Amino acid sequence: MAVAVEADLVQIGGLRGYGGDDQPDPDLLRACVHCGMCLPSCPTYRLTGQEMSSPRGRLWMMKAVGDGRLDLLDPAFDEQMYQCLNCRACEAVCPSGVHYGPLVEAARQQLETHRPRPLPQRVARRVGIAWLFRDARRMRAAVAALRFYQRSGLAAVVRRAGIPRRLGLADLEAMMPPVSRRALVPGEERWVPAHPERSVALFNTCMMGTVFADTNRAAARVLAHNGSAVDVPVGQQCCGALAVHAGMMDEARDLARTNIDAFEASGDDHVVVTAAGCGAALKEYGHLLKDDPAYAGRAERFSARVRDVSEELGAVGGGLVPPTRPVRRRVTYQEPCHLAHAQRITIQPRMLLAAIPGLELVEMRESSLCCGSAGIYNLIRRAMADELGDRKAGNALATGAETVVTANPGCAMQLRTSIRRAGGGADVRHVVDLLDEAYGGEAAGRAGSWACDRARTKSDAVPAAAD
Amino acid sequence: MDQTTLVARLEAVVGPTGVFHRPADLLVYEYDGSVDGAVDTARPAAVVLPTSAEQVAAVVRIANEAELPVVARGAGTGLSGGAVAQRGGIIVSLSRMDRILDVDRDDRTALVEPGVINLELSEHTLPGGHFFAPDPSSQKACTIGGNVAENAGGPHCLKYGVTTNHVLGLEVVLPDGRIVWLGGRAAHTPGYDLTAALVGSEGMLGIVTKALVRLTPAPEATLVLLAAFGDIDGASQAVSSVIAAGVLPAALEMMDALTIQAVEPAYHAGYPLDAGAVLLIELDGATDEVRETGEEVAALCAAAGATAVRAATAKAERDLLWKGRKMALAAMGRLAPNYYLHDTVVPRSKLPITLRRVGEVAREFDIPIANVFHAGDGNLHPLMLFDRRERGAVERVLAASNELLHFCVSPEIGGALSGEHGIGTEKRDHITLVYTADDLAAMAGVKNAFDPRLTFNPEKLFPKGYMCGEVRALRAQALAQKHGIYAF
Ligand SMILES: Cc1cc2nc3c(=O)[nH]c(=O)nc-3n(C[C@H](O)[C@H](O)[C@H](O)COP(=O)(O)OP(=O)(O)OC[C@H]3O[C@@H](n4cnc5c(N)ncnc54)[C@H](O)[C@@H]3O)c2cc1C
Ligand code: SF4
Ligand code: SF4
Repeated sequence: MAVAVEADLVQIGGLRGYGGDDQPDPDLLRACVHCGMCLPSCPTYRLTGQEMSSPRGRLWMMKAVGDGRLDLLDPAFDEQMYQCLNCRACEAVCPSGVHYGPLVEAARQQLETHRPRPLPQRVARRVGIAWLFRDARRMRAAVAALRFYQRSGLAAVVRRAGIPRRLGLADLEAMMPPVSRRALVPGEERWVPAHPERSVALFNTCMMGTVFADTNRAAARVLAHNGSAVDVPVGQQCCGALAVHAGMMDEARDLARTNIDAFEASGDDHVVVTAAGCGAALKEYGHLLKDDPAYAGRAERFSARVRDVSEELGAVGGGLVPPTRPVRRRVTYQEPCHLAHAQRITIQPRMLLAAIPGLELVEMRESSLCCGSAGIYNLIRRAMADELGDRKAGNALATGAETVVTANPGCAMQLRTSIRRAGGGADVRHVVDLLDEAYGGEAAGRAGSWACDRARTKSDAVPAAAD
Repeated sequence: MDQTTLVARLEAVVGPTGVFHRPADLLVYEYDGSVDGAVDTARPAAVVLPTSAEQVAAVVRIANEAELPVVARGAGTGLSGGAVAQRGGIIVSLSRMDRILDVDRDDRTALVEPGVINLELSEHTLPGGHFFAPDPSSQKACTIGGNVAENAGGPHCLKYGVTTNHVLGLEVVLPDGRIVWLGGRAAHTPGYDLTAALVGSEGMLGIVTKALVRLTPAPEATLVLLAAFGDIDGASQAVSSVIAAGVLPAALEMMDALTIQAVEPAYHAGYPLDAGAVLLIELDGATDEVRETGEEVAALCAAAGATAVRAATAKAERDLLWKGRKMALAAMGRLAPNYYLHDTVVPRSKLPITLRRVGEVAREFDIPIANVFHAGDGNLHPLMLFDRRERGAVERVLAASNELLHFCVSPEIGGALSGEHGIGTEKRDHITLVYTADDLAAMAGVKNAFDPRLTFNPEKLFPKGYMCGEVRALRAQALAQKHGIYAF
């Protein structure tokens, strides 16, 4: 059998195989005994009933490419590696502990390196994923512009003219919730309880620091209420999850190094995250940078400090400070994949909700099935994402909930759109939004249970938000 | 019929999204849940995903015209290669026929399509106080159609019986493309019990398109005991004394030290890591009765040398204990990249001697063997762990397995070849160990009555070469009649 190495691509018997860095690890692949136990948990298999859209099928294809039985650039392979939501449900249920996430990410990296993409796609990826997310200031400016657009009346005019539809941006536009008034800028705000017991570093994240900045503030207040002094360290950037999911590993590694640098000043403090997708990515920096001698150890240590906000609050010494203000509402909880599957956190958010007086939690069917958001999946794989969104909205609305609670910005946007499309009136909130409400929100600060200090450095400041 | 015409004809029946034929798509239909090496992979010519019995029937008729074999597929969790298209042809995947059509609480029956997942049927009916009793360890993924075809069993079949005891009627597409109903709601149907003939037929007699199954009332109380022993001998002893005392547990399962090592780190079910073996014993029934029997069984275990006995009544705790057991097989990937397992059944009284022999074989052939099995009905699953990249490993495993099989079915032990996983391609060449030529001929007669052209799931069950040799005469006769020899 002829083995030729050409342009970094190993060819066996005329089929192109993996080449260069970031190949799907054959040992990880071998752990799959193709038992099929993961099939029913996989959203794409649930919708299609077809084996290639199942975790087992995708793993088999990855193995086949490695074994020289399938061409790396076979369209079917490309299709499946990207139809996968990377929701990691398969990983959470696999009895043999197959580490699926890193495998599909490596497969995508292989495709990205070796596959020619049409120019418009290349540009969109460079701008959308690499440029916009490379610098938090760009994101804040973009979101400020969006807020201006939403509130100035321009949105109504533009929509009436059908412009978003013509630009193919209608989905993105419809998904956007009302944007928080002020972005949260690292270094500008700090929350200190009267008697701090510990300090934590809040990870700002692209969406939570802008569109959902008020939710991030709510998280900080809730943490402060429970004895933590909360800082938002300067210099932090996007977590890199979108880049990892898109197979752009070098971009992701760049961001990871920047974040590790930014958070090292805060010592061993926990890095608290309010976006499940970012939390999962941060917890995997150890894996992402394992081949970088300067950063491997530091990445491991950084990842070990990362906590989802519900995880952090679920573990506060002496238990959670009991919230006292009733929030009389029926809610249901939608598990973000990257919380439930990638981080295996399912009990804490429910415990936090149960601690809120007056709140009634009704479980929905299939609460851990992906809602179809999955990073930017809902923008690039519209049909499947919509189908998952409709299924989710149906299950959520069937509980009679007035509020759907989740813990990830992507899910929040997807849920919002899906519920609207289903004609439902339920709103979508983060766990900490409700908890903050039960603690008395900003008013509690004025009552002295913690103080918010706004006079911080301006080193990371943005152009003033447009309003 | 050339490939293009075939695909076009199939698409006309199920639509373009219901047919797969690109090589890369067919690649993922070349396996099922069975073990690498023990079953060869094979690619079909096309895969069809129908949504109704009529579509299935139309596909079968097209296959007949094209003279292609037809292989039914559920979730592909089978362990004997049943869903692998050994001679190519068309795979009919029932995964899109997954509706629960009707639940009749008064009659305690459910009418389901074949692609319904076993556990989801129980989850659907449990709020009303019923469940579907057959509970293969794969129940989270496997389908009712696959259960019927393999006559699947599970831990709770000790008390409740296997799949065949829970199937009342079947809608079936026959190999000539006709749709028939076998059995029905009535407790007794006159004439041949053809429903029973279909159960366990491994997709070789017909394709199930609807199943009318029995639902079982959920018991008032359930108790799970976890008993730890220093060694397997002690655990086997306890099994014998529990059964001898006349107790009928809902389930009685054994796991040895190696299995515990694979499962405990993954599920933290609470199996003691230092035990030589553990028993999981589930008791169910009326609350008082369960409590009393629980005490009796705990005492019997202690007398047999149990080092610890723990009781779980809360559902979450019971589920966790079971999760470890049910996931054991699939968790073996944590210990070794490959495993090979047996499914032999031995009389319960022969358990201790058989398990001792398993230990000897492991040493003689230098292969780690994990034991996790349905102790209550003597259904063994010795799992041989290996790495097929290691030279000679596969040969050693096959030799060891041959040794064990012969031991289990020897007159001294009097065991059977397969408890629940079916014969498929995997054990077809061993079937002559348990059946005489006349036994096989009787079975071939049934096959021939249903499928004279031998198109449904060829190369299964019967030893290699058998159907073409022995049944050639019958086949010729059938071909002459062209449209089959059905008399009903
Ligand atoms: C981890 C694991 C644990 C297991 N534990 C058990 C256990 O405890 N007990 C047990 O009995 N089995 C067990 N099995 C084996 C397997 O799950 C069962 O045999 C199951 O019934 C197969 O169902 P399936 O839907 O996956 O069928 P498939 O594997 O797809 O098919 C199995 C056979 O059924 C035929 N078939 C499928 N659907 C139909 C249909 N609609 N009409 C006609 N024929 C059809 C196929 O042609 C094939 O011959 C286990 C498997 C695994 C991987
Ligand atoms: S990924 Fe895990 S659960 Fe899925 S087939 Fe492979 S071993 Fe089984
Ligand atoms: S990550 Fe999600 S979509 Fe992808 S294979 Fe696993 S379960 Fe399916």
